[in-house]
Amino acid sequence: MTTLKLTPTRRTFGQWFAATGWRHLIGVALVIYSAFPLLYVLSASLNSEGTLLSSNGLFQAVSLDSYVELFQNPQRPFAAWFVNTLFIGLTTSVASVLLGAMAAYSFSRMRFRGRRFGLVSLLVVQIFPQLLAVVAIFILLTTLGDVFPILGIDNQIALIMVYLGGALGMNTYLMYGFFNTVPVEIDEAAKIDGAGHARIFFTIILRLVAPILAVVSLLSFIGTTSDFVIASVVLVSPENQTLAVGLFQYVSEEFTSNWSVFAAGAVLAAIPVMALFLFLQKYIVGGLTAGSVK
Amino acid sequence: MTSQRPQRVKTRRAAQPVAVPADRVGIKTLLFKIVLLAILDAFAVIAIFMAVAKDSPLIAGALALVTLLVNVVYLKRGWLPAKYLVPGTIFLLLFQVFVIIYTGYIAFTNYGSGHNSDKDDAIMSLQQTNLNRVPDSSGYPVRVVEGADGLQLLVEIDGQPALGDSDDPLTPITADEAASLSILQFGQLLERQQELAELAVPVSDDPAEGMLRTQDGATAYPYTSSLKYDKAQDTMTDTTTGVVYRDIGTGAYTAEDGSELMPGWAVNVGMDNFTKALTDSSMRGSLIQVTTWTFAFAFISVASTFFLGLFLAIVFNDMRMKGRKIYRVLSILPYAFPAFLGGLVWAGMLNQDFGFINQTLFGGAAIPWLTDPWLAKLSVLWVNLWLGFPYMFLVCTGALQSIPNELSEAATIDGARPFQIFRLIKLPLLLVSVAPLLISSFAFNFNNFNIIYMLTNGGPRIQDSDLGVGSTDILISMVYKVAFEGANRDYGLASAFSIIIFVIVAIIAVISFKQTKALEDLN
Repeated sequence: MTTLKLTPTRRTFGQWFAATGWRHLIGVALVIYSAFPLLYVLSASLNSEGTLLSSNGLFQAVSLDSYVELFQNPQRPFAAWFVNTLFIGLTTSVASVLLGAMAAYSFSRMRFRGRRFGLVSLLVVQIFPQLLAVVAIFILLTTLGDVFPILGIDNQIALIMVYLGGALGMNTYLMYGFFNTVPVEIDEAAKIDGAGHARIFFTIILRLVAPILAVVSLLSFIGTTSDFVIASVVLVSPENQTLAVGLFQYVSEEFTSNWSVFAAGAVLAAIPVMALFLFLQKYIVGGLTAGSVK
Repeated sequence: MTSQRPQRVKTRRAAQPVAVPADRVGIKTLLFKIVLLAILDAFAVIAIFMAVAKDSPLIAGALALVTLLVNVVYLKRGWLPAKYLVPGTIFLLLFQVFVIIYTGYIAFTNYGSGHNSDKDDAIMSLQQTNLNRVPDSSGYPVRVVEGADGLQLLVEIDGQPALGDSDDPLTPITADEAASLSILQFGQLLERQQELAELAVPVSDDPAEGMLRTQDGATAYPYTSSLKYDKAQDTMTDTTTGVVYRDIGTGAYTAEDGSELMPGWAVNVGMDNFTKALTDSSMRGSLIQVTTWTFAFAFISVASTFFLGLFLAIVFNDMRMKGRKIYRVLSILPYAFPAFLGGLVWAGMLNQDFGFINQTLFGGAAIPWLTDPWLAKLSVLWVNLWLGFPYMFLVCTGALQSIPNELSEAATIDGARPFQIFRLIKLPLLLVSVAPLLISSFAFNFNNFNIIYMLTNGGPRIQDSDLGVGSTDILISMVYKVAFEGANRDYGLASAFSIIIFVIVAIIAVISFKQTKALEDLN
């Protein structure tokens, strides 16, 4: 090592290395492992030559041509996919947070017959992910679509409704625990002041549990936007599809030649999710650990 | 990755039961509620009429029942918990509980390509295919008309004009109505030759009476199907060959020599799908290989992500180290990156001929990362490690930091070395708190469709597999392939595989409940 020559600092470097220096080595290796593929996509998206092979020279050519091209292909309407994904993801996450919070409120604040049964059933139901029943969902929507086109195959409303079926199972538990940590005295005080149950729920409780609402809506948004199985079965025509379905077909059809355009699509698709994630990181880490690690 | 969220929330302190606030509702709230319910009811009534019009009494009945229930719950005083639970529960029951039960039903049928509908539909469509022109028949003068759903035929039979298209049989209309129709000219017809060739208008509701077809848009000839349906005998006879096809209970009319008329219809086949999956030698081979790999994939994924996460948590859990926060943020980036994109990007990087790994890191070597059965398995695990370790890193960091320092201080005073402290004190405490997460992570990876499908598409394909599965296919991707890929879609068999997964997942869940005693914490 070069440090051998630096006799005066040698000991201190050795000490530093033994204490924390080696940790930095691991840290650097870790960052390369985790961040390199992302850097690679970014570089590929800026390389307008476009093939998989030419993308290997990192940041050798920088232009935004691929991004422009991405929006100019009528057979692969990227802009529509993007809007669809945002629409489906946001609607699902808002609605499922509301449904989950209502259920969690009643389980946390009310005592009624069948409450324990309800809690246990939710625990049991959430074990079976919806995608296992994808065949039945497909056939059910085909049948419903004959009667109500809005609930049929190739309709986004139908897909959102399917996703909402998973809302209670996924979210109620996470919220239930958090609702329990809000002191009931607050409810009681509001009640004495003359507030009804709806007022207490919407104006007091929901504000106090805002962090868990953020976590659940984000997890729901990520879950919905990255779903491929159900979305690919329900959404058929290109202009109705989501990013996950559309980008997969992009790659599977013209894998190596259009790599740069795909990479541009991937960068744009990842940005909203990653931005939200890093922005709400504090809450998520808190929510993950508060919910589970105790 | 998202389902690796904590599955349960334990709370030490249960909320005390609250005397439920009385139903003191202001006028505004009441009005709001009634308006909302009225809108909902209006939609429901329209929907019920639509269902009745389309001849689906079951859907209409279910809708009416649900609407009634919703109205009762929200108009009645009291029943407060129901007011909060009903909306979510309706979705839950239809799209989670019902579809699971329905999967069980489909598993016992032969639903799939060629067996899509019921018997009446099959008879109808058989009689509309195999059309032959009635010998020596005379033509009718016709006009082609632009209708709402495409082309229509306007015919004059015995001086009476009649109109019809492929879906609706000929119906008589008045002369005034006939005069008001927009008749297509020859030039317009030329552009729509294809549509015109497909146009076949049933003469009446009984498909046996035949159809009218036209080639030139001026003269139509009657066509009848060569298949004759005998209602009393329930047989189909091919009038050109004289072969008789019978309903022998397999969901298709079958001749003596075993040849079937398609389309058929869906019938209950009992345990056939399960027996086929478990006894058919080629299928059983695929099933065993896929199941083994599913378990191995899920187990190794959990183990590798957990140990890497734990290792990193320990390494970065030193207060003296600077820049820990930056390392942490950069290393959880893969967790924030959408999983399906992660798979696709790595698929490009690992590409044998042009990928970055082979071209740049291995200097142009042609290592078959995704096309060799064993290397493909390794690649899948490697990419899943990339996607999954940040979660374990976060969780382990949280768990380590929640272990009180006094414990290790006390152990140090008693003369324990750092490694002993870790192995004997910290690790057991950590395992207690993360065990439930490890189990839910296992359950998630068991059905981790995206990573497999996006990275290798299940490939490389196993040569002798009838199902088209590959070396890296897991059970859920096999279900998807059997049901939705290729020409021969077999929903029944796919559902049977789904049921097998349900059973396995249920067993895992029972073990996990026993382990974590989750049910005891409910209150």
